[in-house]
Amino acid sequence: MELAVILALDVVSGAASLLLLCLGLAIIFGMMRIINLAHGEFVMLGAYATVISTNAGVNIWFAMLVISPVFVGLVGLVIERCLIQFLYGRLVDTMLATWGLSLLIIGIVTTIFGNTINGVPTPLGGFAIGAYRSSYYTLFLALMALVVMALIYVVMRYTRFGLIARATMQNPQMAAALGIAPARVYMATFAIGAGLTGLAGGLLAPISGIVPTMGSAYVAKAFISVVGGGAAILSGTASAAGLFGTINQLGAYFTTPVYGEVILFLSAILLIRLLPTGISGRFYKGSL
Amino acid sequence: MSYSRRQFLRSSIAGSVTILAAPALISRHAYGADDPILVGSLHDQSGPIAASGVPMVAALNLGIEEVNAAGGLLGRPLQLVHYDTQSNIQMYSQYAQQLAVKDKVAVVHGGITSASREAVRPTFDRFKVLYFYNTLYEGGVCDRNTFCTGTTPAQTVEKLVPYAMGKSGKKVYIIAADYNYGQITSKWMAKYVKDNGGEVLSVDFFPLDVTNFGPTISKIQAAKPDLILSALVGGNHTSFYRQWTSAGMKSQIPIASTTFGLVNEPSTLDASESEGILGAYGYFEELTTPASTDFVGKLRAKTPDLPYIAELAAGTYEGFYLWVEAVKKAGVIDRMAVIEALESGITFEGPSGKVVLDHATHHTTRNAYLAEVKERKWSVLETFPEAKPLDTAGVCDLVKNPTDNKQYVIDV
Repeated sequence: MELAVILALDVVSGAASLLLLCLGLAIIFGMMRIINLAHGEFVMLGAYATVISTNAGVNIWFAMLVISPVFVGLVGLVIERCLIQFLYGRLVDTMLATWGLSLLIIGIVTTIFGNTINGVPTPLGGFAIGAYRSSYYTLFLALMALVVMALIYVVMRYTRFGLIARATMQNPQMAAALGIAPARVYMATFAIGAGLTGLAGGLLAPISGIVPTMGSAYVAKAFISVVGGGAAILSGTASAAGLFGTINQLGAYFTTPVYGEVILFLSAILLIRLLPTGISGRFYKGSL
Repeated sequence: MSYSRRQFLRSSIAGSVTILAAPALISRHAYGADDPILVGSLHDQSGPIAASGVPMVAALNLGIEEVNAAGGLLGRPLQLVHYDTQSNIQMYSQYAQQLAVKDKVAVVHGGITSASREAVRPTFDRFKVLYFYNTLYEGGVCDRNTFCTGTTPAQTVEKLVPYAMGKSGKKVYIIAADYNYGQITSKWMAKYVKDNGGEVLSVDFFPLDVTNFGPTISKIQAAKPDLILSALVGGNHTSFYRQWTSAGMKSQIPIASTTFGLVNEPSTLDASESEGILGAYGYFEELTTPASTDFVGKLRAKTPDLPYIAELAAGTYEGFYLWVEAVKKAGVIDRMAVIEALESGITFEGPSGKVVLDHATHHTTRNAYLAEVKERKWSVLETFPEAKPLDTAGVCDLVKNPTDNKQYVIDV
C-alpha cells in the first residue's frame, strides 16, 4: 500500500515534469507549426539562469519562477526577430535553422561556463510514508504543472490576446484583414512559448545535473508528447504527457530504465499509428 | 604565344603532381638532429567529456614544457600535436589516422572513454604507432602496442567494496551507466560483494540520457539495501544524487561510487548531497604529498580555472613520463626499442606515487587511494601502496603471447 502511494507519486511527478517540458513546445510547434529543435537548449538556458542567479545570491524561488522564464522569453524574442520571422510556413527550413541554433547555443554556453556539471540543491526536503520516502519537490512540480496549465487556459480562452493569437494562427490573412499585425502576434507567441520552456528549465534545475548539452535528453520526449497530443495544445498535450509519463515511470519501475525508455518510444509509435492526428485529433477535437 | 587546352592540361597536371609530392620532398629532410619529436594527443576539449579532457591536455603540456626546459629528449625538443576530438567517436578515428599517417608522431597519448580507446587502438596497431591510454577503466586490454596506465577494478573497486560494506552492511544495490564501462565494472562490483560475503539485491543500468530517477529511488527503497554502489556517469546521472537527497534517502542508505567525483561533482553538488560518499581512485587532487601539491600547483598556476584534477590528469602526466624514461633508456624513439624499454620495468615517481609498468599486462602497479567526501572535498582515508592490475593479469600475458591483441571481458 505504502509502495503504491510512492509509485503513484512517481507517476504524478513523471507526468508533471513531462508536461512542463512540453507546454512551451506545444505552443511553438502545436500552434505556430515551427519545429523548434532548439527546444532542449531553451530548457538548458532556463536551468542555467536559475543556477547562476541562485549562486549569485538570488532567492531560489524567485530565480526559478521569474528570472528563468523572463530571461528565456527575452532570448526567444530576439531569436524570433533575428531568425524565425523569416521562416514562417517553411517547416523544413525552421528545422534546419533551429538545429543550427541549438548547436550555437550549446557552443556559447560552453564557452562562457565551461563543460562542468552545475546545479542547485533541491529545496523543500522529503517526507515519509510508512517505510518509504519521497520529496515535497515532486508535489510542487505537479502543482506547478496544474498552475501553468490553468494559466494558459485562462489566457487563451478568456483574454483578448488569447483570442487574437488563436485567430492569427488559424488564418493570418483573415486576421490581418481585420486589422491585426500577424508579425507581432507571432513574435509574442514565440516569446511566450520560449518563456514557458525556460520556466520548465528553471523548475527542473534543482533535480538535474546541469551541463550545456543537457537539452538533448529532453527534446525527443517533448516532441513525441506534443505530436502524440495532436492539435489541441492543452488537452492534447496534457493527456499525452500524462499517458507517456505514466508509461515511462511504470515501465522503468517494473523492468529497467533501459526498457522504460524503449517501452515509451514503442508506445509512442503505436499511438501515432492508431491515432495519426494525435490524441486530441480523436477525443478532444476542436478544443483548446 | 598560343597555349592550347592540351598544353594547359599537361602543365597543370605536372604542377599538381609537384604540389602533391611536395610534402614528401619536404618531410624527407624533416628529421634533422634538432627537429622536434612529435607527441600526439587525442583528448576531448569540447562536448560532454571535455571537463575530463581539458586537465589531461594541460598535464601533457606541463610534461612537455618540463622536458623541453631540461634540454629536451635525446637532445631534441618535444612538440605536442593535439587534436580536439569533441567527444565524438568519429573524430577519434579520423584524427588517429591523421596522427599516424600525416603527422607521423612518435607516440600518442589519448582516449578517455573505453569506446574512444577501442576506436583508435586498431588504427595505431595497424600503422605501428605507440599508444598510451591513461584513463581508469574496466580492465582487460591486452595489446603489445598499447600501454594502459590508469587503474582497473582490481586496484580500486576491490578496496572500495569491502570498506563500504564494513561500514554499512552486506546487502548491496548496484546502479551503473549502460555502456561497456558500467556493464563490466558492475560485474566486478558484484564479484567483490560476493567475495566479501555480501549479497547483490539488484543491478540496474541507465542509458546516459536518463534524468529521471524517481522510479529507481522507489525501487531501491522497496529492496531495502544497506549500501548503494554507483557507476553512474556524466551530467544527467548527477541528478540521481540530487533526487536521492531530496527524497531524504541520503541519511538512510550510504553510497560508494567508482565514478563520483571524477570531474567536479563534490564542488558543484551541495554539501548535503555529497557528504559521506565514498570513492577509490589512483589519485586525488587533495593528496598532500610533495609531488602531488607540486603537480597541482604548477597546473593551476598555468591554468587557474582548470576543472578538478583527477586521476585522469595525473595518469596522463605519469604515462607521458613513463614514455620519456623509456626513450631515454632506449636512446632512440623507434617504436619497438621504446616498447622493449617500457617492458623492462620502467618506473616513475609521479604525483600519485610510484608507478611501475608491468611487462606482462602493459598496465601499471600504482598506489590506490580511498576517500570520502567531506565538506565538498575529498578527504583521503587510506592509501593502498603498489596495487597490482590483477584483473587484467588474470587473462593477459604479453610475455608469453606478444601477438595477443584484444580486450578480454572477464567472466566474473
